[in-house]
Formats: sequence, C-alpha cells, structure tokens
Amino acid sequence: MPTPSQRQNETSLDQASIGEKLLVTRVRPSPIASEWDRWLGEIGFFPGERVELMAKAIPGGDPLVIRVGQSTFALRCAEAACIDVIPHETTAATQTQTLAMEGSGA
Amino acid sequence: MRQAVIKLHPPGALLALVGNPNCGKTALFNRLTGSHQKVANYAGVTVERKEGRFSTPSGKNLRILDLPGAYSLYPRSPDERVTCDILFGQARDEKRPDLVICVVDATNLRRNLRLVLAVKRLGLPCAVALNMADQAESRGITIDADALAAELGLPVVSTVAIRRDGIDALVKLIDTPTAWRRPASEKATGNAVNHDAGDHIEIKRILQRLGLDEIVPHTTSDRIDRWVLHPALGPLLLTVVLFLMFQAVFAWAKWPMDLIESATGALGTLAGDHLADGWFKSLLVDGVIAGAGGVLVFLPQILILFFFILVLEESGYLPRAAFLLDRLMGWVGLSGRSFIPMLSSFACAIPGIMAARTIADPRDRLVTIMIAPLMTCSARLPVYALLIGAFIPAREIGGLFELQGLVLFGLYLAGIVGAMGVAWLLKHFTASGRQVRPLMMELPSYHLPTAQNIAIGLWQRAAVFLKRVGTIIMALSVALWFLASHPVAPPDAQESAIEYSYAGRMGKVLANVFEPIGFNWQISVALVPGMAAREVAVSALSTVYALSAESDDEKAEALAPVIAEKWSLATALALLAWFIFAPQCLATLATVKRETGGWTMPLVMAAYLFTLAWVAAWITFHTAVALGFG
Repeated sequence: MPTPSQRQNETSLDQASIGEKLLVTRVRPSPIASEWDRWLGEIGFFPGERVELMAKAIPGGDPLVIRVGQSTFALRCAEAACIDVIPHETTAATQTQTLAMEGSGA
Repeated sequence: MRQAVIKLHPPGALLALVGNPNCGKTALFNRLTGSHQKVANYAGVTVERKEGRFSTPSGKNLRILDLPGAYSLYPRSPDERVTCDILFGQARDEKRPDLVICVVDATNLRRNLRLVLAVKRLGLPCAVALNMADQAESRGITIDADALAAELGLPVVSTVAIRRDGIDALVKLIDTPTAWRRPASEKATGNAVNHDAGDHIEIKRILQRLGLDEIVPHTTSDRIDRWVLHPALGPLLLTVVLFLMFQAVFAWAKWPMDLIESATGALGTLAGDHLADGWFKSLLVDGVIAGAGGVLVFLPQILILFFFILVLEESGYLPRAAFLLDRLMGWVGLSGRSFIPMLSSFACAIPGIMAARTIADPRDRLVTIMIAPLMTCSARLPVYALLIGAFIPAREIGGLFELQGLVLFGLYLAGIVGAMGVAWLLKHFTASGRQVRPLMMELPSYHLPTAQNIAIGLWQRAAVFLKRVGTIIMALSVALWFLASHPVAPPDAQESAIEYSYAGRMGKVLANVFEPIGFNWQISVALVPGMAAREVAVSALSTVYALSAESDDEKAEALAPVIAEKWSLATALALLAWFIFAPQCLATLATVKRETGGWTMPLVMAAYLFTLAWVAAWITFHTAVALGFG
C-alpha cells in the first residue's frame, strides 16, 4: 500500500517528466473507451510495474514513448492519462510487491 | 439455424507457433521450414496464413502454422482473433494444434511469459522456445532454461533463430514423443481471459526466483532512438530514407530492366521469324509476348521497393516512422498505425488493405482501407515509368537530382496528398472523425535484418507477381488481343486494322467520356483491361499500338518513342494525373469487399476514385493546354 505521502506524489503518466523512474500505482478506466485499461494491462501496464517516459513527439508532445518493464511502447497522452504513477525510490525494493498484491485485489 | 461445418484439413500432426508480436517467431518459422512454406488466407478472413512443412530426423512429417502475433488470448484485432480461434479449436478451416510452441523473446520475459501462462491454461501440449537467446546474453541476461522449465512446468529450449544450433534443440524437442502428450493435471478451462492480475504476480515470482527481476537497459536501441526519434533529425532521416528508396527504385532497376526488355524483344523476333503468318503468330507475338513481357519488365522495381520495405520492417524502423508520423496522421483523423498499411500499399494495395487488420479501431481501419489505393502501388509504376521515360527528359538538376526521379517523387507525393485530403474531409464530415482513438504501438528493439528472412519475403512477393503475370495478366492480354484483332479488317481497308475491331469500337465509344480530359481512343481502349490490373494498361497500349502500326518496322519500335511522337505532353500529364487517383484494380475491390463484408464500401470507393481521377486529369489537361503544351 503506498503511504499517504506517496499518494501525494501520484500523477498520471502523461504529466511525468522525461527520464524519471516511476512505478505504476493503478490503471484507471478511460472516459474515452472502456477497453483501454484492459489493453494497457495486456501490454504490461499493471500496478507495481516500472515505467519511464523516454521521449515526446514534436510538435505537440503527443504521442509519448514509454518504457514499461522491458518493453517500449508509443502511447497517446490520452492513453497515458489513464495510468497513475509515483516516483520509484531505490530504497523501496519491497514496494513493488506490495503494489502488485494491491493491484490483484488480494 | 446453424449449419454444420465439415472440417477438411490435410492429415498429419499440426504444430503451431504462438508468440507476442516482434518475438522473432517468423524468423524461427523460416529457419524450421526453409522454403517449404505457403502463404494463403484463413477462410472468411484475409489474415495471412503461413503454413510450412518439415520432417524431423526420426521421419515425422509435420505441418507447422505461424500464427499471427498476439499479446494475449483476448483478441482486439482480426489478426489476434485468428490466433485465438485456432488455439481454442474454433477455426473453420483448421483443426486444433497438436502441439503449441510458445515463442518468447528472451530479452523480454516479463511481457512474453503472460501469453505462455494463458496458452498453458488451454490444456494443449505446449513447449517454450526461448528465442533471441544470443541477444539476451549480449545484454547480460542469463536465463537458466532448466529452472524456467521447472517453474513453468513446460519444456523450455533456448533458440537463436538466426543460427542453426539453437534450432536443433527445438527440433529434438519436437521429436520427443512426450512433448506431444497433453498435460494431465491441467484442466482445460477454456477461460484464458480472467487471470491477468494473478499472472502478473506469478511472473514476478518466477522472474525473482530466476534472478531476472532487474530491468536491463536497452543501451544500443536507446542510443539509436536518440537519433531516430530526435524532434528535428528524426523527421529529416525519415524523409531521406523514403527519398533514397524511390531514387533507388529507378536507378538500381535500370540494368535488369534493360535485360528483360531485350530478352522479350529477342523472343518476339525469334517467334516472328519461325512462325507462319496467321492468327497464331499474331496471338503469340502481339498478345502473349508483348503483353506479358511489357509487365514482367517491372519486376526489378517491385522487388527493390519490397526489399526496402522488408529491411525497414525487419530492422524495427517502421514503427518508429509511424510514431514520427502520428501527429501528421492525427491531423487528418488517423493514427500512426495507419502508416504501415499505407506504406505497404506503395508495393500493392492488397497487402496494404490486409495490413489494416492490425488497426484495432474499426473507424481508423475503414478510413485506412478507403485511402490505401491512393498510395502509388507498384502496378502503377509501369505506367509512370513508361510516360516519364517517354516525355520527361533525363536531365540532372543541380548536379544532385535526376529530373525523372523528381517527377516520380512528385507523383508519389500527389497520391499521399490526395489520400490526406480525403482523410481530412472524412475527419471533418463524420461524427466519429473527431474522437480520440488508441495508438498503443510497440517500438521493438532494433535488429539487423537477416539475409534469409529478406530473401524469403522477396521470393514470396516475386512469386505472387509472377503468378499474376502468368494468369490474370496473360489472360487479359490474350482477351485484349482477341478484341483488338477481331473482326478482321476488310482487305481494302484504309485505316489500321484495330479500328475495325471490337476494341477499336469500344475505345471510340469510351473516348466520348475521356476526350474532355485529353485521352485518345487508343488510351481509352487500354484503360478497359487496366481496370482488371493497372499494369495491364501498359501491355494493352503495347498491343493496341503494335496492332495499329502499318509496318513491321513500326511494330518493332519500343512503345515509349511511339507514344512520345503521337501524344501531346498535355495528354501524357493528364494520363499521369488519372493514374494517381485511378480506380483500383478489380482484385483490390474484391479485397475491400472481403475485408468490409459487403459491396457498399468497394462501390463507394470505385465511385469516388473515378470522380477524383477524372477531375484531376481534366484540370491537368486544361492547365497544360493553357500553358502551351497541347
């Protein structure tokens, strides 16, 4: 479970800055299309996974290049906006597991 | 009432390769089957079906299927649907596989193992091929295959698709009778879907036990991406790549084209010298040799274009190009994903329209299908090459560019601009046009393309083209020859023979429609078979002019100088403009019908392209005449 202070640092992935190490806290249903959260899960966005914003397209900063786990995906800002993240601190080694457990609904 | 489906499929054990997109599955398939493979479609859908055959050392003959790449067994595109149907045993024209080989990218177990767990739950005999093991090692990822096998409860072999040694281990595994036994303990639930969260935890646990939970940076790929995805250099590089591609199509192809041209010429002369005058000689020389030869000559250009597309695809550059173009495509209401089908359409609209199946969004997919024929397919190259060769002088401009190449580039550009215009209109005049639609596109790590995969890809495409030359194009050449030579002109004829024929009469009726845009009746005649396959227009012109020539000398002349003499520049330019938008060949319309499930879309497509082509040719012709090129 993320601590309250971590919840304060929670942002959506489209707001992250390039090169920042992040952890996924949850994938929210998109107001645009109901399937997006399921699809994002299938390509590797699930609570506890490590993500990083690699690049933004110019002009407009959309789409984004995102490293998720060991893969790289191009996502629209609207897609990245469904993904909540917190900074990944190196000391929080066990956090990953906690978040994964939370995400499973266990 | 549902009709019972009788399943007919060849006997023998069936092996299926399953894996995520970009896991090197097709390379492995090529390695296993070599050239013993055939490409066709699955029944009812035009998903490319790759089947091969191979024999194991113990003499077991196997059929092997290369299933479309999928991230999960919850399909979101027609491609993934095929993979699911086959694995669940619901496919109409294929039985359930007897053994499934899950191909996983060893550099990315985190994502790839999820599909393995889902497939394992199906209860089919299953094994894992740990592909790209060499790349994993060079990145410092060492995977203990035995430990992974113990964790998964499935046999695991390390493979390197580009080397022989890794394949041997896989073949040996396939040859082991126990590999084909159904796992007894697993209950086939058929419910592969609702395990996502559990699978994430399971995979995390496996990776932690194998000491593979650390994220290993993709140093090489990331370094290349710093240049390729650079805001300023990236688009510049893309422009250079595309421009080089089109210059090469003209420059490299020249020598083999000259060779084919002189070979068909020699063959025609040989046949002409040794056969008695009569209808058979006319059929062979004017119909078959001139017709098919006039199209065969463009094989080198088509192969060069496909070579570039295959190399870009294999290397991993294509999705990057799609990323760079996403904004531009978004401006006309499409996504970067539409770029790959559209690029394939430069070779031929049919694979392009079929590649649109990877677009999950139905609206994006339909729009991409509708504008794909506006991309200049290689079948239009013969027409462009003929007209450019005949009317545009070969001149260097600024010591760097060649004028003919520039004109060709301009024609391609005009097709792209036309497509963008149509998509833009659809965005602004349809309700669905303004919604945000998904992208979610993988950018795989870069790979050096392997010679074998490129060679097999080129061979398959050449085979398709040659089959067309041998069947449709040959048949149409002969049909046109018949129309152009019957009924025979009276002995006291004043005009050339073709003017008395059916084709001449048809052309003269059609000329009423085409006269306002500057086409003479010969062109009008050639456009009729051009509907069946665009490149046939060139062979049709050869046939029309060969038969309307008064003397044998004139017949012997190549087509280009003939039309350069007989047509005005305005007519040539109008014909070029016509072909940018020209109504696509019947095969394309048939593909669109199959892909959209009805006649509405192909009819709409034919009508709108016809109108566009006529208007564009009219504007071009009258502008050119006004400028004094009439």
